[in-house]
Amino acid sequence: MTGHFVVLAQTATELEKLSSTLIAGLGQGAIYALLALGFVIIFKATQVINFAHGALAALGAYLVVYFAVTLNFPGRFLSQVPDLVQWSVSALIGVLGAALVGLLIELLFIRPMIGEPLFSVAIITLGIDAILRTITNDLIGTGIRNLDAPFGDNLLEDVFLWGNVIVPHSQIATILAAVVLLFLTALFFRTRTGTAMRATAFDQESAMAQGISVGKVFALAWMIGASLAAVAGVFVAMPPRGAGATVTTALVALRAFPVIVIGGLDSVVGAVVAGFGVGLVEVLAAIYLLPYSDTLGVGFSTIIPWLLMLAVLLIRPHGIFGTEEIRRV
Amino acid sequence: MRGRPLLYTSYEQDQAIFPTPTQRVILFLFVAFLILIPLQVVPGLTDLGEDKWLNVFDRAMIFCIGALGLTLLTGLAGQVSLGHAFFMAVGAYTAVVLGGQGTASLWGLGLPIWIWLPAAGLVPALIGVMVAPSAVRVRGLYLAFVTLGLVFIGEHLFRTMGFITGGPGLGRDWPRLALTVWRGDEPLIDFSTPGTWLGFELGARAKAFYLLLVLLIIFALVTKNLSRARTGRAFMAIRDRDIAAEIMGVAEARYKLIAFAFSSFFAGISGALLAAFSGILVPEAWNLFLSVQMIAIILIGGASVVSGAILGSIFLIGLPQIVEDLTRIMVDQVNEGGPLKPLADLFITQGADFGFISLDPNGPGLSVFQLNIVLYGLLIILFLMFEPLGLYGIWIRIRNYFKTWPFTY
Repeated sequence: MTGHFVVLAQTATELEKLSSTLIAGLGQGAIYALLALGFVIIFKATQVINFAHGALAALGAYLVVYFAVTLNFPGRFLSQVPDLVQWSVSALIGVLGAALVGLLIELLFIRPMIGEPLFSVAIITLGIDAILRTITNDLIGTGIRNLDAPFGDNLLEDVFLWGNVIVPHSQIATILAAVVLLFLTALFFRTRTGTAMRATAFDQESAMAQGISVGKVFALAWMIGASLAAVAGVFVAMPPRGAGATVTTALVALRAFPVIVIGGLDSVVGAVVAGFGVGLVEVLAAIYLLPYSDTLGVGFSTIIPWLLMLAVLLIRPHGIFGTEEIRRV
Repeated sequence: MRGRPLLYTSYEQDQAIFPTPTQRVILFLFVAFLILIPLQVVPGLTDLGEDKWLNVFDRAMIFCIGALGLTLLTGLAGQVSLGHAFFMAVGAYTAVVLGGQGTASLWGLGLPIWIWLPAAGLVPALIGVMVAPSAVRVRGLYLAFVTLGLVFIGEHLFRTMGFITGGPGLGRDWPRLALTVWRGDEPLIDFSTPGTWLGFELGARAKAFYLLLVLLIIFALVTKNLSRARTGRAFMAIRDRDIAAEIMGVAEARYKLIAFAFSSFFAGISGALLAAFSGILVPEAWNLFLSVQMIAIILIGGASVVSGAILGSIFLIGLPQIVEDLTRIMVDQVNEGGPLKPLADLFITQGADFGFISLDPNGPGLSVFQLNIVLYGLLIILFLMFEPLGLYGIWIRIRNYFKTWPFTY
């Protein structure tokens, strides 16, 4: 399980404690937002609940470890460029690898199931999750596979200091990457291809009648979803959330599922808002409920997304931003 | 005319629990076959009476009871539940609080099986009744997430409540499968130690086999009767189109409640039996994978029919043992150079060469355990894509082929 790591100096005041916690919460929220956004893009385009999202995140983290650390590709050919660029290029290749796996899943398992009950397809993704997660875990092995990111491996040195508020570089990188990716996705929806995607999400048949290749939209949605999951996986496997890719990296998606439901399965805005919101609540609870862990149990914060989800569903059965299903006989 | 399938000359015949002679003969043969297995008297089948396979059959029957609950809830009533593992756990922990031995740090009343086994069904059923109203409000895929949430919240509770569960990674002693009158008494019938029954030497697993067989037959009959009665038809109406069912006068909320209650009851019994039979289970064992296993059983066997749950559980619980045996044969082939060596070389990896199954836990390739999970996933996918009716559907197709032979339809 990824714990919440907030560095607090002994002499930190309440305000400084709150600031550190809020920044950690934003970092956690950024990860949830990335996972939820990828999930919602897949769901909107293809109506598929992707239970394999966690496996894709872990696979992304592993592929980045493989290209950036194990192979050092293409870093070994580019010795003069700075570390950050070398690492980012390798990471990009890893993320593209995850996108390719997403594309393969769509082509092999999802495309033939068009028109089948949604439940069947959802269970198929459960099967994909079992396969992908087992293979990824076998590739990762029993140890911790460090990502060797050029920013923020050392929690004591790679930090910004602001009074007693300690902000790890990697936390900033997480939030920055999420914001940039969310912004790029928003821009993408304005392009020609993005418009085709939105049209398909709105009504598949009319989109087809307008000459949009729905198959291509499906494939693209899975590639975008898988890459966003992979980016989230990379940041989960990085300090301060974890020391590297491990067999538990995939489990983060299990806490992102309630986030998606809270936002509403078919709402892009909901995914982002709920992502940051739940991340903040979870980390705040982790820090401020710590004294009560005797009664609440160790790791209570990990089930907070689920409890929030149950509460939201009782009030709004379709999530906060989700569209209400119209039921016809 | 006699024995013509699907031709019923009276309403009673149409409504009979086993309408055709073929069904009655197959059922009789199947039960007789099961009864004879542990006795090891039938030549050629003595191998199945070994402890290894009895273990598979016992576990298959336990899983089958749980899967029958899911058949009612998901197969018939169409309510997607990923929370079966949670209800199984509640059953198991009810059983251990009532039937387990208490110590200074662990709760346990040491009551006999005729109290803890029914209670292990009733307590989850009560919780199922509490969850059911949310199934009326939260529909379809959202319900899948609610039940998934139960598994994770449950996992946290079981980790935290060490005084019931024994604590994470540790677990505790479960109640024994033995019929006693009251606590501390000598067992009247002991299903957990070897002994002689009616002149047959039986191991502990063989004795448990008979207890489980009786329970399975009871639960299978309950499921079968429920599904052909008013309740089952109401379930199917809700599954096929809930609003239409409501308009026809099916009380949706009430029948969803009944479905959840029965399904959780079955799950609880199955969980308690699984724990008592295994002897040791850590709190982490009641996880999402167990729920997925249950779903895999009914999907691969054939959702919404009793025989589907039975076929599915025998197939899926037997699979790991078959994989293990095959692996051992392959390893022998690799080491001793039998006729299948080239094929075996392809599958088994011993160092760095390519292969699917690895004998070295750190080497490339999957361990036997991992291979089983991959096979589960693959089977779920393949059955849903190519045979949505499951093993039962394959049987129907074979039957129809012979029924209409020599014509194709």
